Amino acid sequence: MATVWIPSLLRDLTGGALHVAVPGEKVRDLIAALDARYPGLAARLVEDGALRHGIVLTVDGVANRQGLRARVQPDSEVHFVPAIGGG
Amino acid sequence: MTEQATLETPSTYKIIGTRPIRHDGVDKVTGRALYGADVQLPGLLYGKVLRSPHAHARIRRIDTSQAAKLPGVKAIVTAADMPDVGDKIQELGEGAIGLKYLSANLLATDKALYHGHAVAAVAATNVHIAEEALALIEVEYELLPPVLDVLAAMQPDAPILLDDLRTSEFGQKGAEPTNVAQHIRFQRGDLAAGFAAADVIVEREFTTSTVHQGYIEPQNATALWNSDGAITIWTSTQGAHSARDQVAEVLQLPVTRIKVVPMEIGGGFGGKISIYLEPLAALLSRKAGHKPVKLVMNRAEVLMATGPTSGSAIRVKMGATKAGRITAAEVWMAYEAGGFPGSPVGSGMNVILSPYRIENLLMDGYDVVVNKPRASAYRAPGGTNAAFAAEAVIDELCEKLSMDPLEFRLLNGAQEGDRRGDGPAYRRIGYLETVRAIQESAHYRTPLEGPNRGRGIASGYWGNWGGKSSVSASVNADGQVSLVEGSTDIGGSRTSIAMQLAETLGVSAQAVKPTVVDTDSVAYNDVTGGSRTTFGTGWAAYELGLKLKEEMIARVAELWEIEPAEVAYADGAFTAGEQRLTFKEAAAKLNEDRPIMASATTHAQEYGPGFATHCVDVEVDPETGKVTILRYTAAQDVGQAVHPSYVEGQIQGGVAQGIGWALNEEYFYDSQGHLLNASLLDYRMPVASDLPMIDTILVEVPNPGHPYGVRGVGEVPIVPPAGALANAIYDAVGVRVTHLPMSPAQILEALWAK
Repeated sequence: MATVWIPSLLRDLTGGALHVAVPGEKVRDLIAALDARYPGLAARLVEDGALRHGIVLTVDGVANRQGLRARVQPDSEVHFVPAIGGG
Repeated sequence: MTEQATLETPSTYKIIGTRPIRHDGVDKVTGRALYGADVQLPGLLYGKVLRSPHAHARIRRIDTSQAAKLPGVKAIVTAADMPDVGDKIQELGEGAIGLKYLSANLLATDKALYHGHAVAAVAATNVHIAEEALALIEVEYELLPPVLDVLAAMQPDAPILLDDLRTSEFGQKGAEPTNVAQHIRFQRGDLAAGFAAADVIVEREFTTSTVHQGYIEPQNATALWNSDGAITIWTSTQGAHSARDQVAEVLQLPVTRIKVVPMEIGGGFGGKISIYLEPLAALLSRKAGHKPVKLVMNRAEVLMATGPTSGSAIRVKMGATKAGRITAAEVWMAYEAGGFPGSPVGSGMNVILSPYRIENLLMDGYDVVVNKPRASAYRAPGGTNAAFAAEAVIDELCEKLSMDPLEFRLLNGAQEGDRRGDGPAYRRIGYLETVRAIQESAHYRTPLEGPNRGRGIASGYWGNWGGKSSVSASVNADGQVSLVEGSTDIGGSRTSIAMQLAETLGVSAQAVKPTVVDTDSVAYNDVTGGSRTTFGTGWAAYELGLKLKEEMIARVAELWEIEPAEVAYADGAFTAGEQRLTFKEAAAKLNEDRPIMASATTHAQEYGPGFATHCVDVEVDPETGKVTILRYTAAQDVGQAVHPSYVEGQIQGGVAQGIGWALNEEYFYDSQGHLLNASLLDYRMPVASDLPMIDTILVEVPNPGHPYGVRGVGEVPIVPPAGALANAIYDAVGVRVTHLPMSPAQILEALWAK
């Protein structure tokens, strides 16, 4: 199962869990599994069928622009981090 | 002095790593390069912008009737001429902004939110008439109390700038009106246990002033809204496609109606990503009967209404064991966003502790609106002030532990597998190598002697970026390659991209002729920003080179009546058995049949972060508080340096800007929010006589996520200077200055309080 790191401001929904292992082949599946376990979590990550503006998905340390359809491996590590801008 | 150390396998490149003359060099040094202010068109009108004299005021009424009657005035626009854009979020390439805020920043709607906020624009037959017309526009303001300080703006009873603003916290909005636009938190480990395990704890608070990017060329835009509805805009921008898309959104037009022609750019540093004048020039053009209109800001407008980057308040607490291991870190930071949300507090949070391995941490960041110009990106946005705070606290920890600051960094420095502040683990990085490079440098090995002299060390990080890039090229019959790209060339990227195509094709750098074109002539390119262009557009050039090679191999095989797999290409020649054609010969032969061209697009993601460690020696005059920089050395992991001279130039430029931010630059406001130093006489940027030669050490740890090992290099070097100088000042005179800039007045106050 892939490991999803829970953004710190969403850990009130996961009982404080820093990361959670959930099944799924795509990020969409992971979020659905998380939401089934921790209701309300998907709404904080997803809006209008896509990751919310300002959230960057990283899979195994690399930013991934595929969003919800991004594929993950059973040993993948997934983060949702705030987007930043450069100059 | 420059040193260069390649730490992985020795380079086998023929072009990459060399120092050819830049392709645009002659035009730049002879003054022939064309900038936005140079644009001249038949029937050109000249525009000027009326700006709010108040920092916070409700706009009750705007009467343009008297101005419109002035002979020579051809058009006047206000926010009433702007379409309603709704609540959509607009991507700017890097980062995003609420479209209604972007629009309201261009022309104030119901409120003026900073001194200099645009209220109306006029087009006339000459600039003097346009200026005269501004004085005839009547604006009725209801003055409101301004909020100029980030901490004051966060108070519950602070005047509210934006009635609809609610605090956003990872997909959730607050219920009450506020000036706090966003709260971000990074947290892991057990903070209390971490501090309990510490033998030494240091906690300090820091504040930093608002500063400007200081690009030399002011913002400008010339627009022609043609009678067929097509719009052409000539402008100075870091991203023509991004500018096009922003204009399309605020004017609610299809993107293909708009062509943006990027002129040469006289500096941007993040400040020329957002649009300011382009839609105004377009609207004026339409209203003036489809005549072209040019708007050029003066320096006061640039300082009052563009840029700047955030003033900030930062608190850092760190603990370490007697052995020098960091056990915990707690950071609280609030950044001024200006009149609309969007400060770089998130990137400041990314920067502040990323050079270090820290298991137990808590970081809170707040994006706060105040009555100042809307903050724009500025070279490693938010990073310099963040590192100033953290690196000073680390220096104090080292002092308490009697530990060499470089040894402390070697003990705690991040490496592959360690985690960034926001969580994800690093791949191959070269931070520790930069620390060792300083440790082994002639500078660090030379003792510093004399009274009131001190040495400071600081490190820095920038995550870098990939972004979208598109390029195309044709191989001409003379063997030269015409490269078409859309990335604004700010720091020599025409050449660094051309070199990557040349390397891939096995031709010389001068055999590739790069041209930056308009938005109709190349597919989408993200902005030149985030240290992405040599990495991302360079990758596209590599892909383009592979395609051209494949095409030429196939057609040479056709010529020789053999299979493509039988043709080899190496050292600039196609061969198959005894048959041989040089690249130039093949280009001539193949063009007799049909042209040779290809295109490539990329959206590269594996941008390796960059790290730097800086060492500075200073002398402080205890009578005046003046800081003289005696020696400066910057070591940086630059990945594979494509053109080492340009990499050195990026480092030196970044350091120079960081020094200005550290020692002198600041916006001065009076209590009512009037900017008092809107000129380069009073806004004190460093000049050549303020700076020593900035020595560079290029540490080359290739990025495994790029075909040529490229990492972004432009932003990291502005991150460490303020921290390094603060630590050097302490070493020299024994005072820890906790405010930027560390101006003579600040230093004297600290000395007197000692």
